[in-house]
Amino acid sequence: MAVPLGFMLAALLAGRAARWLILPAAPAMAGLALWLALVPADAAYLVGHWDLPLGILLRPDGVARLMVAATALVIGAVGLHALADPPEKAGNAAQAETFWPLIYLLWAGANAGFLTTDLFNLYVTLEMVSLAAVALAAMGSLEAALRYFMIALVGSLAYLLGVALLVGRYNTVDVTLLSQVAQPDLATMLALGLMTAGLLIKAALFPMHGWLPPAHAAAPAPASALLSAIAVKLGFVILLRLWFEAFPAVSGQTALHVLGGPGALAVIYGSVQAMRQQRLKALVAYSTVAQVGYLFLAFPLVAGAPDPSGAWAGMMLHAVAHMLAKAAMFLAAGLMLKAAAGDRIGDLGGLAQSMPMTVTAFGLAAVSLMGLPPSGGFTGKFLLLNAAIAQGAFLYAGVMILGGLLAAVYFFRALSACFAAGPAPRAPATLGVRTAAPLVLAGLAIVMGFGGSALHNLSAIAAPWAAPGAAAP
Amino acid sequence: MTGAFDIILCLMILGAAGIALFVRDALAAIAFFIAFGNLLGLAWLGLDAVNVALAEIALGAGVTGVLLILARARLLALGDDATCADTSAWLRAGALAACAGFVLLLAAAVLSIPPESGLDRAVAPLMPGLGIENRVTGVLLAFRAYDTLLESFVLLGALVAVWSLAPAGVWPGRPADLGVADVPMRRVARSFGRFLLPVALVMAAYLVWAGSDVPGGAFQAGTVLAGGLMVSAIGGAIGLPRSDLPGLRVALVLGPLVFLLIGLAGMGFGGFLVYPEGSAKAAILAIEYSLFLSIGATLALLVAGPNVIGWPDPAGGTDRHSDC
Repeated sequence: MAVPLGFMLAALLAGRAARWLILPAAPAMAGLALWLALVPADAAYLVGHWDLPLGILLRPDGVARLMVAATALVIGAVGLHALADPPEKAGNAAQAETFWPLIYLLWAGANAGFLTTDLFNLYVTLEMVSLAAVALAAMGSLEAALRYFMIALVGSLAYLLGVALLVGRYNTVDVTLLSQVAQPDLATMLALGLMTAGLLIKAALFPMHGWLPPAHAAAPAPASALLSAIAVKLGFVILLRLWFEAFPAVSGQTALHVLGGPGALAVIYGSVQAMRQQRLKALVAYSTVAQVGYLFLAFPLVAGAPDPSGAWAGMMLHAVAHMLAKAAMFLAAGLMLKAAAGDRIGDLGGLAQSMPMTVTAFGLAAVSLMGLPPSGGFTGKFLLLNAAIAQGAFLYAGVMILGGLLAAVYFFRALSACFAAGPAPRAPATLGVRTAAPLVLAGLAIVMGFGGSALHNLSAIAAPWAAPGAAAP
Repeated sequence: MTGAFDIILCLMILGAAGIALFVRDALAAIAFFIAFGNLLGLAWLGLDAVNVALAEIALGAGVTGVLLILARARLLALGDDATCADTSAWLRAGALAACAGFVLLLAAAVLSIPPESGLDRAVAPLMPGLGIENRVTGVLLAFRAYDTLLESFVLLGALVAVWSLAPAGVWPGRPADLGVADVPMRRVARSFGRFLLPVALVMAAYLVWAGSDVPGGAFQAGTVLAGGLMVSAIGGAIGLPRSDLPGLRVALVLGPLVFLLIGLAGMGFGGFLVYPEGSAKAAILAIEYSLFLSIGATLALLVAGPNVIGWPDPAGGTDRHSDC
C-alpha cells in the first residue's frame, strides 16, 4: 500500500527529470486510495506474515482510509500545481531537484503512518514526515526550519523514549495488543505522557505551536500547503491511536481535558493572532493553529459521548476538510502573492478582477474553514457542536462558535482586501493547472459537505469505540 | 567482567562526560565526548549488547565526533572563537534540577518494570527458519524488515534534505573540501587516510559478511565504510564526488531499491516482504550487501554537507570516489 511511494522515491533520485513523475504518480495513488477505501472492513495485513508481538500490523480502518484518500488528493493536486509553477526560489536548481523526492518521502511517510498500528513503526514514519517537512520548510527560511528541526527532534526523542518504556513494560508496541494488557502504572503513565508531549509538539497544539507560523508562512506555497495539510495531521492520528485505541483504560475522562483545554485555547489564540497578522501567509498559518485546536478539542467530546460515532465522524471530517481547504488556501495565497504588489493584506487590492478563479478558490476554502454550510468544514463542526451540546459541554461549544466567528472576521478581511480597488497586478493571471489545483481542492472541501453520511460511515470502519480490541486478525 | 572493572568504567564514563561538559575549549570538549562515546561502547559490551556497542562507537563516538570537529573548523573559519558562551548560574541550576528530576522519574519507571525479556522468547523459535544466526539481523531484516525499509529511506531522505540546502547556483556541484588547510597536518592526514581506507574497507566487508551470524551487519559496516571515506577525504586522498554523478546516484539508491524490490517480489509468495521458503537467507544477504554500500556512501556525504562548489570547477581529476 505504501509501496508505490517508496518506488517513486527511488526512481526519483535516479532520474533527473523527476518532476514529470508526478503525472503517473498522482492518478496511481488516487486509485490506490480508492481501492483502500473499498476493501472489506476487516482487512488487515501482517507485514511479512510475522505474528504480532514481533511483527507489524497494517490495518486500513476508517481513519486511515479517510486520511490516505485526503493525502492522495492534496499531494496529487499540490504536485500538479508545483509542476506548472516551480516551487523553488528563482534559479535554485538544488531546490528544484530535491523538492520532488522530498514530497514523495512525505507522502510515503504519511500513508505508512496512517495505516500502521505499531508504535515503533509510527516513530519511523514520524521521522520520514518530519524530515521531509523540515527540508521543505527550509526552502523558504533556513532559520525557521532550523527552529522547527530542533523542536521536532525533542518531540521525536520524547516519543521514542515513551516507546522504549512500553517495550520494556509490555514486550509489544502494537496498539491492538496494548489495548488488552495496558495498566495504569507508573511506567505506562510516564510513557503516555512523554509520547503525548512529543506528539503535541509535532501537531503544533497551543502552547507548543511556536514553530509553526514562521515555518509555514515562509515556505514556498506548495510546501506550506503540504506542511499545514499533512505534516501536523500525523501527530494527531498517532494521538488518536494512543488515547482511544491503546490506552482507553489508562486515560481517564479528566485526563482528556488536558488535550481538550489547550485545544480550546488554541482555537481562541490562533484566531486572535490570525486577526492581528498583516501578511497573508502568516494569517493562513495562524489559522492552522486554530484549526488544529478543534481537532484536540474533540478528544473529550468523543470520549464523553454515549454514542461517540457522531463526534468521531465530526473530528475526522474536520481533519479531512481542513487538509483540503488549507492546502487550497495556501496554493491560492501563493498565486495571489505572486501577482500582488507585496505580501501584506493591503496589497491584495484589485486581485478579484484580475484573477477571479484564484480568489474564488481562496473564498471557497475560507467558507469551509469558517464552517459555513454546505461545506465539509460545516459538517465536521456541526457534528462536534452537536456532541458538545448533548453532553452539556457548553464551554467547548461556545469556543467552537466563537472560533467560527473569529475565522469569519479574519478571512473576510483578506477577501475584502482582494475586492478593493488597487494597482494593477504585477503578473497577468494565467489559467491552467496552477489555477485549477487550488480550485479543485477547495471545491472538494465544499462538496464533502454533501457526502456527509457516506464519509460518516467510512470514518466508523473499525473505529475503536465500535468494538474495543476486536481489530486483531 | 569483574565488579572492579565495572566500577572503574562507570567512573571513567562519568568523568569523561563531566569534563566534556565543563571544559571551556571546544576541541577538548569534543575529544572528551569521543572518549565518552567509546567508554559507553565498552559498557554496552559489558552488558553483552555487542551490536549496540558497535553502533555506539561507530556512530555515537566516530561519526558524531567527526561532525563536531568539522563544525568547529567551519566556525573558526567564519571567525567565531568556538568557545562556550556564559550562561547564568540560575539557568544552569534550573537545568540541572529539571534534568535530575526527570532522570529520577525515568529511573523509577524503568525500575518498576519487571525484569523479564519476553521478546527474546518470541524471536528464538523463529530464527531457524531464516538460516542466519544473528538475532539482531533477524529482527532488522525479517521480523521488522518493514521498519528497516522505511528507515533506509529516512537516511536517503536526510541526504536529499541536506542537498536541498545548497545555495543557488552551485547545483549540481560538490561539497566543500574536507581537507585540512595546514600543510604539515594535511601531509599526516593524507598518509593516515591512505593507510586507513583499505583497512576500513576490509573491516567493513568483514562486518557485513559476518553480520548474518555474529554481531555486525549492514549499518555498522556502512558506518565503518563511511568513516574510512571521511578520513581519506579529510586527508585529501580522495575527492568528493559531484552530486549528479550517475554512479553515485546508483550507489545511494541501490540499498533501498534492492530492499524494496525484494519486498515487492514477496507479493508473489503471499505478501509484501514475505521471503520465499528456504531462500530467506539469500534475500537477507542481498539486502545487507546493497544497504551496506548505500549506507556508507550516504553517511559520508551527509557529513560532507551540501554542495558549495559549482560544477565549472577547475580542480577536476580526483573523481575516484564514484561509489567505491
